This record gives sequence, C-alpha cells and structure tokens, in this order.
Amino acid sequence: MTVQHTMPGNAAAAGSGEPYLVVENLTVRFPTADGLVQAVTDLSYSVELGQTLGIVGESGSGKSVSSMAVLGLHDAKSSRIEGSIRLGGTEVVGLSEAKLRPLRGNAAAMIFQDALAALHPFYKVGSQLTEAYLAHHPQASKKDARRRAIEMLDRVGIPQPDRRVDDFPHQFSGGMRQRAMIAMGLINDPKLIIADEPTTALDVTVQAQILDLLQDLQREFNSAIIIITHDLGVIAEMADDVLVMYGGRAVEYGATKELLTHPEMPYTWGLLSSVPDVTADTGGRLIPIPGNPPSLLRPPKGCPFHPRCAHVDKVPANLCSTELPELLPGSRGADHLKRCHLADPDAIYRDQVLPEIAPDLVEES
Amino acid sequence: MFAYIVKRLLAGFLVVTLISMMVYALFWYGPRSPAQELCRRESNNRCTPEKLERYEEALGYNNSVTSEYGKWAKGLVAGRDITVGASVIHCEAPCLGLSYRTRQPVFEEMKTRLPATISLAVGAASITLTIGVTVGVLAARRRGTFADKALVSTTLFMSSIPYYLFALLSMLYLTIVYDVFPQTGYTPLTDNPGAWFTGLLLPWLALGFYNSTSYTRFSRGAMVESLSEDYIRTARAKGLTSRVVVMRHALRAALVPVVTIFGIDFAFLLAGTIFTEKIFDIQGIGRWGLDATLIKDLPVVQATVLFGSIIIVVANIIVDIIYSILDPRVRLS
Repeated sequence: MTVQHTMPGNAAAAGSGEPYLVVENLTVRFPTADGLVQAVTDLSYSVELGQTLGIVGESGSGKSVSSMAVLGLHDAKSSRIEGSIRLGGTEVVGLSEAKLRPLRGNAAAMIFQDALAALHPFYKVGSQLTEAYLAHHPQASKKDARRRAIEMLDRVGIPQPDRRVDDFPHQFSGGMRQRAMIAMGLINDPKLIIADEPTTALDVTVQAQILDLLQDLQREFNSAIIIITHDLGVIAEMADDVLVMYGGRAVEYGATKELLTHPEMPYTWGLLSSVPDVTADTGGRLIPIPGNPPSLLRPPKGCPFHPRCAHVDKVPANLCSTELPELLPGSRGADHLKRCHLADPDAIYRDQVLPEIAPDLVEES
Repeated sequence: MFAYIVKRLLAGFLVVTLISMMVYALFWYGPRSPAQELCRRESNNRCTPEKLERYEEALGYNNSVTSEYGKWAKGLVAGRDITVGASVIHCEAPCLGLSYRTRQPVFEEMKTRLPATISLAVGAASITLTIGVTVGVLAARRRGTFADKALVSTTLFMSSIPYYLFALLSMLYLTIVYDVFPQTGYTPLTDNPGAWFTGLLLPWLALGFYNSTSYTRFSRGAMVESLSEDYIRTARAKGLTSRVVVMRHALRAALVPVVTIFGIDFAFLLAGTIFTEKIFDIQGIGRWGLDATLIKDLPVVQATVLFGSIIIVVANIIVDIIYSILDPRVRLS
C-alpha cells in the first residue's frame, strides 16, 4: 500500500558491492573568528545494510558533526569539508543543495535527540510526518500521506494513532515524542538511519523500549543504522561495530564484542572505567577520565589524548606528545584498529586496568 | 476561550471608565478653567469676570465634577439634551457632547475624521510590516555578511532620526522643493479614490518606512533565533527545500513576537498619529485631539482619549487571541 520509489544511487551501490555508507578521510573544519576549528579529522568508516555502527565519544569529539556531514547539513559557507562520503554510491561531499535535498530523509534519515526541541512546536505531529513524506513523494495525495503517517505512528507503537496524529508535540509524552521522531525518520523507508543520541533525556525503561523499537525496525527493513551515543550500554546492546572518537579523530574501531572485551586504547579504557554497573561488586571503582576534552582550535601535539593519558610514561622517547599515532591494527587482528603508541596494550589492560574496574572479571579469566 | 474574552472585556471596560474619569478630573482640577480659554477666544481677548462666569455656567464648570461626569456618561448610553444659549440640541446616543469650539456633536465629527486616520494607519502599517519583515528575514538569512551589517546599521541610523524631523524633511523635499509626490492631504475614498491614494501616498511611505526600521531589527532577531532552533535542523534533514524551511518553519515561529508588538503599534496608529496628520495636513483623530487639547475642548479631548483607550484595550485582547492561534502551546484562561 505504500508508494514504491527508487532510492537514488541504490542500484550503483548494489552493483559495486560497496557498503551502503562509506566515509573516507573525512575532514570537517569550521573557520571562526578565533581560527579554524578542526571538528573532524581524517575519519573513515563504513556501514553495511542491516548493520549497526555505534559512534562513541565525549561532547565535542566530532560524533554529530561527522554524521551531519553525511546528509550535507553543514552550511557550505561556514564549513570546509574534505574527503569522501558515499551514500548508496552517491558522492555527498561537494554535492549541491538541490541534489542533496532528495537524499535527505529519503536515502538517509536522522533521528535527533530531545524530540521536544527537534519537532516544530507549532505544527501537529501528523502534519510534520506528512510533510516529510510529501517532500519525497510529490505525486502522493494529502490523504495518502496522512494514511502513511498514521501507519508509521502505529508502527512505532503510538496508541490510537488515528487520533494522536492531530496532536501537537507538546501533547505527547517524552517517549512518545521520540517514537514520533523515529516514525518521521522512517516514513520514507530510508536505507540509512542516523540516530543522534536517540535516548538521551528519556528515562531508562523508555530508553530500552526505543532501542528495541529501532532494532525491530532494522530487522524489518534491513536498514543500516548509525547510533551516536556516549552510553556504552547502548553500544553493547545495539551496535555490531564501534567507532570510538576523540578530539575529532577515530581512536579505536572494531567489532563491538571484540572492542568492548579487549580495548586497546587508553581512552576506551577510560570510557569503560566510567560506566557504572548495578550488578558489579561494590568494590569495583568508577574511575573518571581526568582533565577536559581537547581544544579543537589548537589540538595538542602528538596523540590528542596524551595530556589526559595515564600511560604516557610507558611509551619511550616522549612519542605520545610529539607524534600522532596512526590508526593501525593491534595484536588482535586486522579488523580491530587503534590509535595508540603503547607496545602491548592488551597486557596493560589485563594487568593494570581490568583489576581496577572489574575485579570479578579478572578472577574468572 | 469565551470566558477569557468576556473577562478581558470586563477588565478593559473598567480601564476605559477609569481613564474617562481621569480626563474629567484633569479638566476640573487643572490650573485654569477651560471656560477661561473659550471666553478669551470668543471675546477677542477681552474676557471679563462676568463673561467668564457665564461661560462657566454654560459649560457646567460651576457644578460638581461628579454630576457633570454623570451627565456625560448618561449621554453616552442614552443620549441627552444640551442647552446652547437659547436653543436646546438633542444629542443622540452615543452622545460624546458638543465641541466647545464648533458647537457641533463630537460624535458626528469623529465619524468624518475616523476614515482619514484608519486609511493612514492601515496603509502605513502594511508598508511597515512588509518592508520590516522582508528585510529582517533577508538580513537574518545573510547573518554576519556585509549586506546584513549594512542593513542593521542603516536601520539604526534611521531610527535615531526623530520622526517629526524625518516626516517634515520628506514633506519639504519630496513635495515642495522637488515635485516628486503630489500635495498630501485626505480625500475620502468614496469621493475620489485617485485623490485618496495620491494624497496619502507620501504619509504612508514616510510613516511606514520610518516604523519599518524597528521591525527590521526585530524580525531579524526573531528570525536568527528561530533559524538556530533544533526543529530547523530537523526540517532540513527531512529534505524540505530551503524556501519551505525558511518560510514555513522559521518564519512561522519568528512571527509570534512580531505580531505581538505589531498589534499594539497598530492600535497606537489608529488612536491617532499626531505628527503625521499635522505635517501632511490630514484631518484625522490625532490632529483633532491635539488641536482640542490646545484650546481645552473637553468633549473632543474626552472623545479622542476614550477612542484611543478602547482601541488599545481591544488590540491587546486581539493580540492575545492571535498569539494563542499562532502558538498552540498557549492556552487562554
């Protein structure tokens, strides 16, 4: 009953056998009055259909900036974007606004955090959904679009969707607003969904429902998902692959289970150390990462994490503060990349970090 | 909603009543009797105490303020008979009294002056809103560029010129020194639409353009704010064209504060634009009120003040209603 439509560039992607989204050497910089902000530097990743990539990092690590570049949402006048982003075979970097528009919300859609601010307060939820549908189905009638909106609201689990479609966003609860946001993102059956902290500001039970919903929808539509979060719990539950970002760069990249069980980069250790665990032994300590995220205006020399890293002295010749480590495979195979000078990070993690944060795990192994 | 409007109307009625009482009190307890002014004028500056006594009696200034206000209020509701010299004039409700100067019913004169003020206000306000919002939106979309900065400084410069000077100079240079615009003045629309239009063109432009400068800055600010909202990013991410994003999403939100201010400003225009009417020779409410104040013509002053206060009270209510229509989160109660 939904109108069939072809995805731009879809055929090309299928032909080349390339993942649906390929980001290569992406650099995003913003010229400001104080200088050039290096928001994202030399970032590469890819996501295949049916797969989920989790991007983790602190505020200002470039997570959102890089994903907004996928939809070309940065103002061309106030940003400088280099590298390559291929979405279903279409090169997005440098594409004109007129050619980007048919991709946005159609080939790839974004689900934003804080749906109360991200939905327009003056328009009914239904009309915001139909607007998204009609933007990519100009031949569809308003009635079709409304039916489609109700269908999507129903699909994301909003009770009495035929009545709630005429509500304003402020009449929805927080969880329902986020569901409506997801319904709006999925209304054009996008092959790629970018969820930017979709569960922030929701309570834990609603968080779980929203994540379940995203997974269900992914299974149903075989879409690729990028989930941006700073919550490693969300990553563990949702993602197939994880990309850890720090100071605008990828610092560790690999399969979720592999990366979370054998992290090889001190920043990732820090992230793991600061996750509270309700089932853990009360002896396990919650260790915050000292210091502040680096300035993107004047990034530190060498490894961007070195001013906050507890293991700098294990690397000879002050390498950490002079030379930027490459993103290279460590000892765990070619699919697990890390950006660190440490010679044997696995041993350090096993002997020094793990006993601090999860003593019970050490005894088991 | 209905209960809210009734409540606001009752409160507004109270405000208007209090204002009308205050006007009476001002005339009664002012430093000089209004009768003195009239006596002086009508007897070629030879007002004797006896004459003054007669004027005071004829105008009711030897009665108490409460009984005279009572007569005025009764006339407003039911009409009344007014004695002028030997004859008695019946003044139909709503009776606002007789002008001291013309001895004619104030309400009748108001009806002839109102169309001039309304014509002037509607035309000028349309120009203000059109120029102000359009330029504001354009500047907001080009925020930080040279064009934006030039526009903002121009509007600041414009609004730092006193309006009476601006109006006077535009009248002087555009109609007298250089014959760009025809002679200004008011001709009723029904008499001669062409003359109505040409006579009001310069006043419309002068008033409309001058007022638009603050609307430019105001709508620019509101637009800059709404363009940076999260829902604008959402709208762009949905794949809407930038025209739809700006007009339907950003402007809709930016208009709310603009409409609020515009409603009140428009009420002030309707209540009379003294400088514009005086400089461009338009026989409207504002000039009528000004002239009446100068010669202490109580019934006319009372009528113009009453009209102005009613307009402003009503405009406030209308603005609140429009506000609740524009922003569904606002509930009137």
